[in-house]
Amino acid sequence: MKLPDKTVPMAEAVARVQDGATVMLGGFGVPGTPFLLIQELLRQGARDLTIVKNDANETGMGVDHLLAEGRVAKLITTHIGLNARAIEMMNDGRIEVEFCAQGILAERIRAGGAGLQAIVTDIGLDTELANGKAKVEVDGKPAMIETALRADAAFIHAAKADPFGNLGYAATARNFNPLMAMAADLVIAEAETVLPLGGLTPDEVHTPGPFVDHVVELAELSEEYDIVRR
Amino acid sequence: MSGAKERMVARAAREIRPGMVVNLGIGLPTRVVNHLAADMPVCLHTENGLSGIGPTLPIDQADRNLIDAGGAYVSTVPGSAFFDSAASFALVRSGRLDMTMLGAFEVAQNGDLANWKIPGRFSPGAGGAIELAQKARRVLVLSTHTDRKGNPKLIENCTLPLTARGCVDRIFTDMAVIDVTPEGFALREIAEGLTLDDVIKATGAPLTLPEGEIPVF
Repeated sequence: MKLPDKTVPMAEAVARVQDGATVMLGGFGVPGTPFLLIQELLRQGARDLTIVKNDANETGMGVDHLLAEGRVAKLITTHIGLNARAIEMMNDGRIEVEFCAQGILAERIRAGGAGLQAIVTDIGLDTELANGKAKVEVDGKPAMIETALRADAAFIHAAKADPFGNLGYAATARNFNPLMAMAADLVIAEAETVLPLGGLTPDEVHTPGPFVDHVVELAELSEEYDIVRR
Repeated sequence: MSGAKERMVARAAREIRPGMVVNLGIGLPTRVVNHLAADMPVCLHTENGLSGIGPTLPIDQADRNLIDAGGAYVSTVPGSAFFDSAASFALVRSGRLDMTMLGAFEVAQNGDLANWKIPGRFSPGAGGAIELAQKARRVLVLSTHTDRKGNPKLIENCTLPLTARGCVDRIFTDMAVIDVTPEGFALREIAEGLTLDDVIKATGAPLTLPEGEIPVF
């Protein structure tokens, strides 16, 4: 039996993302950010997006292009301190920003990917992040409900893929990618290398292929993937 | 960095014991690593998915895929592991993190910590700080004793939005080592060249004093 081939041209995959979509973007800083998929989304013009991403990259990189072009309505994130534009747009009310504790953002996405509706946690209970969230008691201890997150689309950056969509990540470029790859209706993975089926051994697979809809091979990486010289 | 700050960082490094799993927050805490002996058996953790952080690399030797949560290009050591963000915080929340060292805007005498938001001025989001502060087994703060205007950071009650309640165990500043106890702040050590009066004046809450001579660092 042969596994299906999910490789497609990037433009064809990204064209499925509609205006108003919720889009998850992998990455923590530069590593694992799908810069070229973001560039294609920018080129195709989708707007009124809700973006789910750990951070807002830095000014002039990644998600910042979408912010600069006014394509983002809402950002669900943990920390935007390296992007002055994101902070300014939040302060001016040009984008809505929902902050999450970092591990809780990860768990909300993981829950969404696992077919669960919410998680229950005491993280942030004593902070303003608890405002407006339903409070519960578990075994006599206070907690709150954090709803699961799913997206219309997830953009994933993998170091290696095979045509079926089995993915492997490099070093700290893993971060949110394997979680987001399970939590969207349309999962598009860009890969630095696409190996033939069997090129990734079963033990090397970090994200199993059944979660992935499209595999896009990157002919070459753009400058944005490079080391940041500060 | 001033001599007093450097001594503070060196003093904080002595809290790290063999066998620990430790997370060093962004800023001053990251510098603690420079004061750890190369053969110290300790596992450094970073939120973006690495246990076993090795030395920071010069830019020409950096791996574009290998950073710490502060964006520094780090390395691995024999035995390092990579994992996703859910596993990274599972480690934090489940009690596997023996110690974290964090920065602070304010610490209250009951151990409340505010270090992520100054309304109207600085509001970038808390990143992983809430989970680190709330769930690490021991929470140490590294901070200047006062803010840039000279106002005390160690105070009776936090005025800024909290990161976590009652979480801080010990504070290292450029002036003193102070514990948070059920009776409030307790002075443990004092920086070289300072008087007790200097420390009391720069602290915004009562200080319990040790009996006998105060150790100097």
